[in-house]
Amino acid sequence: MSPLPVKLSRTTTRAIEARRMQAEGALAAQNFSPPDSLAPFPFTAIVGQDDMKLAFVIAAIDPSVGGVLVFGDRGTGKSTAVRALARLLPPMRSVVGCAYNCDPAATAALCDGCKKRAAQGGLKTTLRAAPVVDLPLGATEDRVVGALDLERALTQGQKSFEPGLLAKANRGFLYIDEANLLEDHLVDLLLDVAASGENVVEREGLSVRHPARFVLIGSGNPEEGELRPQLLDRFGLAVDVKTPTDIPTRIEVVRRRDAFERDPARFAKAWSVEEHKLRRRIATGRERLGAVAAPDKALEKAAMLCVALGADGLRGELTLLRAARALASFEGVERVGDAQLRRVAPFALGHRLRRNPLDDIGSGTRVARAIEEIFGA
Amino acid sequence: MSGDGEAAAWARASHAAALFAVDPLGSGVSLRAPPGPARDAWVALLRDYLPSGAPMRRAPLSISDDRLLGGLDLAATLRAGRPVAETGLLAQADGGVLVLTMAERLGGATAARIAAALDSGEIEFARDGVSARQHARIGVVALDEGHDDDERPPAALLDRLAFHLDLAEVSHRAVKERHASAAQVAAARARLPLVVAPAKAIEALVAAAARLGIDSLRAPLLALRVARASCALRCADVVDDEDLAVAACLALAPRATCAPPIEESDVPPEEAGDEPGSAKNDADPKNDNAQPREAPAPDDLIVAAARAAIPADVLARLATDARTRAPSVRGGKSGAALVSARRGRPMGARRGALREGRLCIIETLRAAAPWQPLRRAHAADNAGLAVRVRADDFRVTRFRERRETTAIFVVDASGSSAMQRLGEVKGAIELLLADCYVRRDSVALVAFRGKSAEILLPPTRSLARAKRLLAALPGGGGTPLAHGLDAAGALAESVKRKGQTPLLILLTDGRGNIDRKGAPDRAKALDDALDAARRLRAPGLAALAIDSSPAAAAGADAPTRKIAEAMNGRYLKMPFADAATLSQAVRAAAPAP
Repeated sequence: MSPLPVKLSRTTTRAIEARRMQAEGALAAQNFSPPDSLAPFPFTAIVGQDDMKLAFVIAAIDPSVGGVLVFGDRGTGKSTAVRALARLLPPMRSVVGCAYNCDPAATAALCDGCKKRAAQGGLKTTLRAAPVVDLPLGATEDRVVGALDLERALTQGQKSFEPGLLAKANRGFLYIDEANLLEDHLVDLLLDVAASGENVVEREGLSVRHPARFVLIGSGNPEEGELRPQLLDRFGLAVDVKTPTDIPTRIEVVRRRDAFERDPARFAKAWSVEEHKLRRRIATGRERLGAVAAPDKALEKAAMLCVALGADGLRGELTLLRAARALASFEGVERVGDAQLRRVAPFALGHRLRRNPLDDIGSGTRVARAIEEIFGA
Repeated sequence: MSGDGEAAAWARASHAAALFAVDPLGSGVSLRAPPGPARDAWVALLRDYLPSGAPMRRAPLSISDDRLLGGLDLAATLRAGRPVAETGLLAQADGGVLVLTMAERLGGATAARIAAALDSGEIEFARDGVSARQHARIGVVALDEGHDDDERPPAALLDRLAFHLDLAEVSHRAVKERHASAAQVAAARARLPLVVAPAKAIEALVAAAARLGIDSLRAPLLALRVARASCALRCADVVDDEDLAVAACLALAPRATCAPPIEESDVPPEEAGDEPGSAKNDADPKNDNAQPREAPAPDDLIVAAARAAIPADVLARLATDARTRAPSVRGGKSGAALVSARRGRPMGARRGALREGRLCIIETLRAAAPWQPLRRAHAADNAGLAVRVRADDFRVTRFRERRETTAIFVVDASGSSAMQRLGEVKGAIELLLADCYVRRDSVALVAFRGKSAEILLPPTRSLARAKRLLAALPGGGGTPLAHGLDAAGALAESVKRKGQTPLLILLTDGRGNIDRKGAPDRAKALDDALDAARRLRAPGLAALAIDSSPAAAAGADAPTRKIAEAMNGRYLKMPFADAATLSQAVRAAAPAP
């Protein structure tokens, strides 16, 4: 096979190239068509795994909850859910021609390019899908943070910055599959950027900073190595997923997966109504979010819960409240109440407990106990 | 294995080759066999079954990311004067099969990349200045040359491969008939999209998988694909019990973690037993499988078929060993082998000569890029080079090797120790484990009692497993100290070969009473133990001996102290070994990171 020339930084060229390769690739293939990346498995068709789905929905409604970590058994649909999420996110308005998906409404957070453009006479805007960027395994740092545009440097001798995956993910989601297999320095870098909302590049004589606000989603299997403890509480929400054990659920999982693999388009169509409903709910949830009140009583309960669990630091409390508010908004409730706090506490706090790695009592049990104490059984 | 057994194993393998070739993409085969004529014959058979144009690529064990996923093509880039991407092996194998050699030693990171391609049928890479997304619809053949249960391909990969075959004990004499002709396989391939699997087939496979103790939901899905392929190969349209039996035998049986209850598998029963899945089917009239025929419930048939395919000895072990029932224990076994694939942390690239390290192509080109117009203008020669790279552009990658430490716990579980304080030893180990957790060390567990030593846990990062095993560790019997040290030494060697630093932590009362030959002889036992300890005195092997004998017995000539001296390690006395002391001692013994 001859080397395949891939042009850099030209997204359009890449898309055309991808389509061409798709057509050519199909020739080599026999009678198997992989699920097209354009038609992922519908989010609503995922059987069970309510905690995981809810955590994603909360992050979609309020990106400031700060990332979701999904850890658990193989084959439970972790990656499937993240990829499906892309289709549920409300579209966003962004500046045409901006590599960082700048939000025209947020004038303070514009990138340098957009500031210049705005000064020269207005920004052209467009409505586009919120990005869900996959961090490919084996990605190198230069492609993640961005680097000198090699092609322009070689052919034209110009020094210019080629944005990386962090730029692409701005205002969207960045997904790391097998987060525990990622090189440590990349994880550190991602968490740092996710926390600060800004990507600072100082390399190859370039000095660039650009907005990089994204929801970090990590997934992994603890059997392949545990996540560094320092990393755990950098994620806002953490969900444990388990393979369902009851037979009817398992049958349903296999049946739906099989139906999807046999005919993805038809399957997607069958679920389009459900998908549409959920998309609407997320969109309204996001609109209403600002109007949801968090009464003092809820604040007090949240604080009590954190104290009872010894989940120190304000981050836990803040995440708990934000997640509860997002849930209230999703449910169409006007104020945060006990029900919402109870529901989100396990994944907002479970990973923040001062953990004895060898303690047999799972953090889930401890959270459940504390919830019962504070809210009553 | 008897001649008949070999013939049966080959027949199964050849059947599996045909079924895999009917529907290869996104699935795979794990083939356990030493290199040899039987394995070659099987691979040749598969080659013959696959369509003539389908690529079959071999990936060596040590394949680098740029060859596996793709990266920057240096030659083409220099020629063209702009970055040119190189297609990786995964994309090259699109529409065909990727063969992994020595898959049992495959690293977790590589396995994850291959698994991602299996799942999505495409690869995406963002490396070294190039990004691309390419089709990679592949099937995988993992050639597994491992000997025992701990040497298996990574669990993440095995989980995605439909067939797990074992030809380890099949000689070339058994290689005879083939299951089908290549033409039949090709016809089946064409027929496959038309094959229908009734709802009850899916239910039966899921129920059967549950009864065999198979946790992963991929197993019944893959079994379903096998059943469909089997149906297509029979030139039929609807999956029936025969296909399900084939799927059970080839795709489910090798994954079984518990022996299915024998129950009424031979007698066709009228009602479907007390198994929850079928009970539900009976109760639920909406399900269209309310006993369509007088045949036994399909999942009984399947379980019976699977049962027949599990070797008798394995079946016996599954039946008696209740611990394997816990899915994580078994599932994690191969997870342990994954931890090895960590390299040093790249420290970025520095200007340097080529002999100082690996050339970092992308950084070199970036360094050369700004000067191109200038150099072109001033070029004395007219070589027509698109990119002019000079020696001072060279950038080499530097790695800071944070070598991973593997703490090998060698635990005395003998009677003498158990009497005194196996419990306390366990407590001490837990303290140390917590410490390992913080430092992200791997741990391994060797226990000795009776007349032998056993590696309870190969190096793993799952400390929860270490703790679980430790809690279940029985005590009693003699003290084969030499055996324990020998086993630990062998393990330390293999850890070193993987590029990690072993740290040996011996917990014993030092009262060895079983010598190397297994005979009860206290004096000889101590000599042997000292000898074994001296052999551990090797560069790069740090050791620590923690004495658990009662205070009175632990004088200056305590046997444990002698052993510690013999292996040139530190000596620590239990009663003083509180958490902080232990942790400090380990840290002091461990080589600086």
